[in-house]
Amino acid sequence: MLNIDSLERGLVIDHIEAGKSMEIYKFLNLDKLDCSVAIIKNARSKKTGKKDIIKIEDTLDIDLDVLGFVDPNITVNVIDGGRIVEKKHLTMPKQVVNVVRCKNPRCITSIEQELPQVFNLVEGAGGDHPVYRCAYCEQEYSPKK
Amino acid sequence: MKALIDPMDLSAQQVEEILDLADRIIADPKAYAHKCDGKKLATLFYEPSTRTRLSFESAMLELGGSVIGFASADSSSASKGESVADTIRVIGCYADIAAIRHPKEGAALVAAQNASIPVINAGDGGHQHPTQTLTDLLTIRSLKGRLHSLTLGLCGDLTFGRTVHSLIRAMMRYENIRFVLISPRELKIPDYIREEMVAKQIPFQEAERLEDVIGDLDILYMTRVQRERFFNEEDYIRLRDSYILDMPKMEMAKPDMIVLHPLPRVNEISVEVDKDPRACYFKQVLYGKYVRMALMLKMLEVEGC
Repeated sequence: MLNIDSLERGLVIDHIEAGKSMEIYKFLNLDKLDCSVAIIKNARSKKTGKKDIIKIEDTLDIDLDVLGFVDPNITVNVIDGGRIVEKKHLTMPKQVVNVVRCKNPRCITSIEQELPQVFNLVEGAGGDHPVYRCAYCEQEYSPKK
Repeated sequence: MKALIDPMDLSAQQVEEILDLADRIIADPKAYAHKCDGKKLATLFYEPSTRTRLSFESAMLELGGSVIGFASADSSSASKGESVADTIRVIGCYADIAAIRHPKEGAALVAAQNASIPVINAGDGGHQHPTQTLTDLLTIRSLKGRLHSLTLGLCGDLTFGRTVHSLIRAMMRYENIRFVLISPRELKIPDYIREEMVAKQIPFQEAERLEDVIGDLDILYMTRVQRERFFNEEDYIRLRDSYILDMPKMEMAKPDMIVLHPLPRVNEISVEVDKDPRACYFKQVLYGKYVRMALMLKMLEVEGC
């Protein structure tokens, strides 16, 4: 078993679907942080068999909406003084702005680059895989697919 | 109402108010001939669409207003790289209301978000075309006398046809509506529309041959099946004739069925059908003008309308 030092203060992003940690890393712009970031791939999970985990040292401020958008099953543990002081459960945000780009070549955002990239959660659509749609062209974006 | 982007932006009651006003205009057009005196409509057409643009323009002229605008992106500042947002801000200084048509989906929403004047989506790519839906509703209500208790057949390209999707969603709001969806396998209705019908328990039937179902219909809404949509030539040749409405098929239809088409027609309705009193697609064009008159009066909040 691989050992990563436990955190004194920071965040543990847990229950990431196995193999998705780099995606989360990019969504949260963790490459821009100066602090230590550990990415653990394919850690053992009682629930799902395998999972990914990201540990971030000394930072408590991340965009939870982005995480909820990517995968609301992720949990975020806030660590202070070497112990978990808070467990954050995520919800899917109603809207995300400038997180993902619309891939529809017929969308107005494909030619007017300065427009904000807005995706709205469509209530009740998609069943187990909630659907986001581009605010302009309604192109579907399903983070779980 | 500041903008009309998606036909479903309108509540059933707002639709009814617009259709009622259109009826009053049809009954007494002279009473509305000066309702928009001094008002200007800007038609911002980034792609050519003769019928829609002329329908909007004649609607405003018949209300006593005037028209400014452009008929293609080449003759606008878009060719110099101006954004939709900037164009609509400028146009807001000249006109009282704008109708925008753009090849990109969502362009009308961008215009509405940045406009100081009411904006009507006159078609944004393959996305929405709300005044076509209002036209269809007014035509159906005028010719059939109701928007409920109807069997509506939609024939042709049901995958990419935006007018079909909008009409289904709009008609789903009324009681006792049944849809018959006639298309080749390759051009069936998208899953999300089918799921919506299932969720709302709207009865519908899918068919591959128009001949098999035409006798059940109160309304036949034709659209064009485009050759380029087919994956192979064999299927196109096999199916194309089934989606051409001709007199032998009309003979199988009810005597009071009406035939509608958003136009332009290419060959999916034989010209011989034009003489049949059930062919109502040119009347539909006229209803389009009246419903646009009613819509602009509502959006401009003209007194007494």
